[in-house]
Amino acid sequence: MSPSAIVIGSGPGGATAAEVLTRAGWSVVIMEKGRNHLLDPDDLTRPAGDYSNDEIKFVSRYFLGPDPLVEPRAFRRSAEEGEHTHVGEVNSIPTTVGGGGTHADGKVPRFREEDFGLFSTYGPQEGAAVDDWPLKYEDLEPYYAEVERTIGVSGREGANPFAAWRSGPYPMPPGAPMYGAVLSSAAAEKVGLHPYEAPTAANSIAYDGRPACNNCGFCAFFGCPIHAKGDPVALLTKAMATGRAELMAETYVSRIVTEGRRATGVEFIDRDGVTHTRSADMVIVAGGAIETPRLLLLSGLDHPALGKYLMVHFQTIVVGHFPTMRLHPHKGRAVTHVHDDAMVQDDRSRQAAAGAGLPWFRGGLVEHSGGGLPIMEARHSPWGRKHAQAMRESNLRERMWAFIMQGEDLPYATNTVDLSPSIRDARGFPVARVTYRPGHHELAASKYHGKILQSVLEEMGAEWVIHTSSPGVSYHGVGATPIPESRHVMGTVRMGDNPDASVVDRWGRVHALDNVVVVDSSVFVTSSGYGPTLTLVALASRAAHHLAGTAPGPGEP
Amino acid sequence: MPVWMSEQEYATLRAACAQMLPSGEGTPGAEEAGVADYIDGFLGAFMFDPPRIWAGGPSSGRKGGVAGFATFHRLSPLDELAWRMRLEGSQGRPEREFNGPVVGLQERYRDGLAALGADFTGMDGREQRRRLRDDEDFCELLWQHCCEGMYGAPEYGGNRDSVGWDYIDYEGDVQPRGYSDAEVSQP
Repeated sequence: MSPSAIVIGSGPGGATAAEVLTRAGWSVVIMEKGRNHLLDPDDLTRPAGDYSNDEIKFVSRYFLGPDPLVEPRAFRRSAEEGEHTHVGEVNSIPTTVGGGGTHADGKVPRFREEDFGLFSTYGPQEGAAVDDWPLKYEDLEPYYAEVERTIGVSGREGANPFAAWRSGPYPMPPGAPMYGAVLSSAAAEKVGLHPYEAPTAANSIAYDGRPACNNCGFCAFFGCPIHAKGDPVALLTKAMATGRAELMAETYVSRIVTEGRRATGVEFIDRDGVTHTRSADMVIVAGGAIETPRLLLLSGLDHPALGKYLMVHFQTIVVGHFPTMRLHPHKGRAVTHVHDDAMVQDDRSRQAAAGAGLPWFRGGLVEHSGGGLPIMEARHSPWGRKHAQAMRESNLRERMWAFIMQGEDLPYATNTVDLSPSIRDARGFPVARVTYRPGHHELAASKYHGKILQSVLEEMGAEWVIHTSSPGVSYHGVGATPIPESRHVMGTVRMGDNPDASVVDRWGRVHALDNVVVVDSSVFVTSSGYGPTLTLVALASRAAHHLAGTAPGPGEP
Repeated sequence: MPVWMSEQEYATLRAACAQMLPSGEGTPGAEEAGVADYIDGFLGAFMFDPPRIWAGGPSSGRKGGVAGFATFHRLSPLDELAWRMRLEGSQGRPEREFNGPVVGLQERYRDGLAALGADFTGMDGREQRRRLRDDEDFCELLWQHCCEGMYGAPEYGGNRDSVGWDYIDYEGDVQPRGYSDAEVSQP
């Protein structure tokens, strides 16, 4: 009889584990608390047709979930603020089949070598638990290569002078550059930066039975109507095609059932509110860096590091206004160009860090991007007689270009996920409470790199430039929320070799439970400044291959 | 004919929306776009089967493909709980008050429109705008829904004949046609 696993969560991590294990002959049940809008209910080996170019459905009405009325979270900046200061949406990542992969715009950079050895490379930071990962880039590279081929990544080898080494080229060439990105890249080069085509999990050519992206522009926060985005639909359809995977949507796992050092299975609630249990040889957890620690806490796991070291990329947002141009940022795949220079130390940045009283600092990947969609623009425009003119001029949508730096967030023991003492979800379980505040490192790096980004927009011809950040900080003035907007959420179930200081081992296995493995970004030791998706997917692939005793192959197709 | 609100409320809503999005020469406003119908239809979403919460996919038919937007998605039990809470409020029902009472949008609109006054439609524009500004919370709520009704997909009841998109030279939903590489990369 083949080994069996229950995979909790169908996002990029869970989908990867399911694909690798079913390929190796395992029987896998994928339990997803959200709805299935990704796969055709009549044939789960094919994508569904539920996604659309619809701003109301995806932005205003929680189509991908979670709905904060029935699945809220609590937030506070620190314990001194009391039980919480906000209840509702907090770093919501889609609760739906496909998880966070469905709404992402598909940028999938790899980490670089030094990202796995921050302590060895740069040394400690006061107040932060900077550490090395228990694995190196070369350990992960074969898995990066496999998953890039499986989900389909477009990019150009050699385009980024700072990139880590690769064992092969990208599966696809880059897609069409957005007009605004052509201009901002040229300006960035003039001030000595190194922009390049963003590695993107969106087809630039027909690939693996899915069509090339047709540039509709509804990428970030939208499901792709034609499934040109491969993550994680490619993984899930392949898992289903083996005949060894079962998908259970609208299935809420309330507890991992354990006996001593082993999990016997899970307790779950179905769409009609009926509680069941199901057993398996392995339990694989892929709920993300907020829901995974919540489930482990609800399951009674007790570890001093569980829920600690929450990291959320600190976003520095620098916006330029170009009154004489129409940049049409709604055409194209949201972000086609990025640059990494803020991740690389030089004499000036070292000097700036020293001036801020820090031994070092790092920024993050900088995305070149434009404005939003009409409803968003309208809401930020005046009502009354001036409205129509403002919308025609389209200063917020057509004449704006921006840089968003996903700044490295250091791991602080005071930034945590725990269970809210009083707030419940609709099923009656305590919700996750996020306690988060950025540290001096994040603020100092943001200030320094923000000025460089401003100079690029000025070089590009901006009439004026403004800075803001997420989470908001006092020097950015009114309206900046303290709740971080970035969906790059990491940490909380830290990976390491020391069972006293980490929750899971180098393979994602919970130190205290022999058959429970975590395969999402909660295991990250440090956050880097690159989007976490490809790294968490590569880690999930590595963990699943380790369980199955298989080696990464050339990948599909 | 309104589907959810009274004739009196609907008349007040139309007048309020027309102040927020006035019609001009060559410029459609809330009246032409049917913004009040969008809001009334949203508040009465559960009077339809399936409820008019999420339009379908993957295309509307406006740029080719199937007219999938016209068929709204069915809601799961959890979806229905969430949307009934949001629209109807908790109404003292324990299954909706697991974190305390929830005031629904229907009640907020009913109260907000009543506060504008039964004589609102007969007031001049200046007075109507003053009354709108007096109730900051309701004004913000109404503005959000006005924007959705003016610039959202027409299947939700507003943006009639795509007038909101047309006057700002926005193509709207473009699947399955999309944009060519040249349209993406060139001015």
